[in-house]
Amino acid sequence: MHANDVKMSWEEVVEETRDFLSEEFEVDRGLILPENNLKDTLDLDSLDYVDLVVLIEENLNVKLTGEDFKEIATFGDFFQLVRKKLGL
Amino acid sequence: MSQRVVITGIGIYSCLGENLDEVTKSLYAGKSGIIFDQVRKDFGFRSALTGMVKEPDVKNFLSRRQRLGMHQPALYAYMATREALELSGLDVDFLEKSETGIIYGNDSTAASVVEAVDKAKEKRDTTLIGSGAIFQNMNSTVNMNLSTIFKLKGINFTLSAACASGSHSIGMGYLMIGQGLQERVICGGAQEINSAAMASFDGLGTFSIHESEPGKASRPFDRDRDGLIPSGGAATVILESYESAVIRGAPILAELIGYGFSSNGDHISNPSIEGQVRSLRMALKQAGIGTDDVDYINAHATSTPVGDSSEARAIYEVFGEKVPVSSTKSMTGHECWMAGASEIVYSILMMQNSFIAPNINFENPDEDSARINIIPQTKEQNIDCFLSNSFGFGGTNSTLILKRV
Repeated sequence: MHANDVKMSWEEVVEETRDFLSEEFEVDRGLILPENNLKDTLDLDSLDYVDLVVLIEENLNVKLTGEDFKEIATFGDFFQLVRKKLGL
Repeated sequence: MSQRVVITGIGIYSCLGENLDEVTKSLYAGKSGIIFDQVRKDFGFRSALTGMVKEPDVKNFLSRRQRLGMHQPALYAYMATREALELSGLDVDFLEKSETGIIYGNDSTAASVVEAVDKAKEKRDTTLIGSGAIFQNMNSTVNMNLSTIFKLKGINFTLSAACASGSHSIGMGYLMIGQGLQERVICGGAQEINSAAMASFDGLGTFSIHESEPGKASRPFDRDRDGLIPSGGAATVILESYESAVIRGAPILAELIGYGFSSNGDHISNPSIEGQVRSLRMALKQAGIGTDDVDYINAHATSTPVGDSSEARAIYEVFGEKVPVSSTKSMTGHECWMAGASEIVYSILMMQNSFIAPNINFENPDEDSARINIIPQTKEQNIDCFLSNSFGFGGTNSTLILKRV
């Protein structure tokens, strides 16, 4: 189920995103908080950004590009980017 | 050769078992690892017979990033290599600081390529294939993954030579160490087990269709054989200079004393007796031994009518009728890219436990197999020296000779 297919609240989108990021990158869900650094928390290398794009597309039906990540530092930035793409 | 080359570790992940102990028991019992696979029948295979192993769960051993680039060949090879390194007394801390390389046999990554291309076609966007696919899809998937995981600092490449890949990988490791270029090389062979990998081979009509009795379908040298059965997994053989093995106090399982090879230079799939004979004679010459010194031959024989006859003739021409011969493919099926390495592992296990594993399903000889000494049932026998043959498409032949130390 995608956020774009069924109307989800923004809070539901955030919670779902925390779930799949935690599962895929094998990090404690409790660390996926708006104030925490995305790259450091998920221990992302250059290849992992490719998988992040795939994850967002598969789970939220939102297509991001490498360019989109240039301004992203925290999960808060990341959530806002997704929110903007979803039009929520 | 300036350096003696010994084997200090072996590991196996095959349809006869997922470790050395299980495989030893299966070899001794003459147990078949062949099954009927309904997935292949539904796919459109002429023959649904195959050797089968389960995909290992490596989540407890490897990180997400390490796992992402691994499909069947690398996963199987990882399991076999873990076992071989442990037996050899090698860990990552030591490997990282030593001169250890990897030359691994592999000749396909079909399933992972199909999966990646299907995803791109569905999404119409290559960025959605994901980051792991490229490392799964390249033929060098095994060495690129294992060299990263085990922090290897030496020679690092894949060897592709069809069904002789595993054997030639050991031959190349032997040359590297023998020439003093490496202290230690992780060699082996991996073979994926899936419909994508074997569909085109099945299409040639060379697989056995004896589907009603899977365990009896692979019958090398038998008069009523009707084709090979694909199989897979991985086998790892750790080669090391004798000097290094002694300094480490590593177990010395065998010494590799001869590597013979040849190319038929003829038909792309038909075997050549003349080509095989050249490979056998080259290995014997290099080992500096006579035919009477060989206690056992692990034949390449895959259960195809033409292939087995050719090998029986080549063995008879070089060795005559006395030397005991068996094809472990009667139990495993044809492990293809892996076979040349797995059959070294199987033969070392026989040497360690003083028995010859049977050529099961050998019930009636044909004109050619009647002239050599095929062992149809497990035989208790001391093995001090054995020879293993591997022959592949394109007319690539490889022969290895090992002896007890």
